[in-house]
Amino acid sequence: MGLSLRQRLLPLWFAGPALLWLVVFFAAPLVNQLSVSLMSGNSEVGYDLTWSFSVYSDALSSYGAEFARSVVFAGAATLIDLIIAFPLAYFIAYKAGRFQAFWLLMVVMPFFVSQVMRTAAWKLLINDNGFLVGTLRDIGLVSADGRLDATSGAVILGISYNFLPFMVLPLFATLQRIDRRLIEAATDLGCSRFTAFRKVTVPLAIPGIFAGSLLVFIPAAGDFINARILGSPNTTMIGNVIQNKFITVLDYPTAAALSFILMTAILILIAVFGRLIGTKTLTEAAV
Amino acid sequence: MATSSLTSPAAPEAPAAGPRRRRFGAREWELGLWALLAVVFLLAPVVFMVVFGFNDNHGRFNIDWQGFTLKHWSDAFSNSDLTTALKNSLTIALISTFVATTLGTFLALALGRFRFRGKAAAEMFVFVPMATPEVVMGASLLAMFLVIGVNTGYVTIVLAHIMFSISYVVVTVRSRLAGMDPHIEEAAKDLGAGELTTFLRVTLPMILPGVLSAAVLAFALSLDDYVITAFNNGQTTTLPLYIFGAARQGVPPTVNVLSTILLLTVLVLMGLNVAVQRRMAKRAGGAGRA
Repeated sequence: MGLSLRQRLLPLWFAGPALLWLVVFFAAPLVNQLSVSLMSGNSEVGYDLTWSFSVYSDALSSYGAEFARSVVFAGAATLIDLIIAFPLAYFIAYKAGRFQAFWLLMVVMPFFVSQVMRTAAWKLLINDNGFLVGTLRDIGLVSADGRLDATSGAVILGISYNFLPFMVLPLFATLQRIDRRLIEAATDLGCSRFTAFRKVTVPLAIPGIFAGSLLVFIPAAGDFINARILGSPNTTMIGNVIQNKFITVLDYPTAAALSFILMTAILILIAVFGRLIGTKTLTEAAV
Repeated sequence: MATSSLTSPAAPEAPAAGPRRRRFGAREWELGLWALLAVVFLLAPVVFMVVFGFNDNHGRFNIDWQGFTLKHWSDAFSNSDLTTALKNSLTIALISTFVATTLGTFLALALGRFRFRGKAAAEMFVFVPMATPEVVMGASLLAMFLVIGVNTGYVTIVLAHIMFSISYVVVTVRSRLAGMDPHIEEAAKDLGAGELTTFLRVTLPMILPGVLSAAVLAFALSLDDYVITAFNNGQTTTLPLYIFGAARQGVPPTVNVLSTILLLTVLVLMGLNVAVQRRMAKRAGGAGRA
């Protein structure tokens, strides 16, 4: 309307540099990635864009097992984290009292140590001759010659561990925002505490559950640190394949196709979640 | 008399309230125990790391407790590969934090305070990097650097770290902006302050705690990053890369020591941030009441 040119350009000056940075170093590489995936050739003679879409079907048929494993491992870790995190977040939101900030600090504390370092620490904690496996063998949870190291269980444990705070924080934020009077009203109107929990607290916490699940599932599905350090060649995930193709084998088209499939699958998942609960609640709960 | 008191109006409630309260009490106790166990799980590797920095270990693996020593602490900076990696990690984190916090704060201000064409698209666009697996970002960035013939190394790590930090800065600063009353800025302008004065003397001090939190977050993200760095590092080593390389043969205890020092540093920084926020809140509260 009556805005001067300077005022109208102001948002551009504020938003421009950061958006430009994201366009150049995030969006452009993704577009480039798409074109790389349609190239053919090899690392000696170089690659040319030949629009060979077969790389996608080849990638899917060759690495279906790794894709499936990523989904299963990430799904299992998401479920485990939800089971661990919900009571924890509930406790911090309602029962921690004046120690709330202290409990939250304990939850985010692992972030202050490098993820690689923590995973390396787990590698030693679950060592065959370590205290943990010894105890598990004594109480019979692991057979006498059984092990934890280099198993699928170890990879799932590592992933669940790594991304647990991402489940706790959005759950905590959502639970804390619930109007406690709604729960009081439910119990006053004759609901048992459990029914009030099931019919009032849980439905109101659903945005947090969804956001937490996405925040765990997305990085978990693309993870390769845990499978590499804690796993064995039998627990390879799709992230390991992408990394290996890119860094070691130099098969760029396949690596690009695989990461594009992964990215698309995850975006579809987010879109479905967004449809289910509305993107606004999703982004809000994630914050 | 004892029998008639049972029929008094208050009596039927007493037995009902008793078990109900007790059952809830039991659940509260179980909930507390669950929370404690969850935190023990979260902190187990951290405690392991700190404690085994004091282990007088012999041999390659640092698994069994073999006695207390401070030798790894006195040797902490004697391995030149390791100190180089640490120095790279810290300088990369400082540079990328500074740039990402500056760019991200201005973008957050634009999204929170202005109306402009394409704003909804911009908001969505900022959200996407956070929803993208790191391996995809790292791989696609490397592919682009290869295609345009850029040698990967220190600079490309910094470029990448700024990229993935921006979104987190925007989200953190925006949540602070959302809790801020825009009328205060309007009042400043009504009282004759120009755009720049309002921004420097009103908006910036008010969002400063959010900006500081964002900077701490960006710093932690950069210091911790392995995946994206591993694709774009060239010949440069950072601390997570060094640890990853060592993880299969056994991490040397000096790494435990350096990670412990970093952990303490971040905790002190966070403490300072909280102190600053408290102080500002107090001052703002006092000013509001005066």
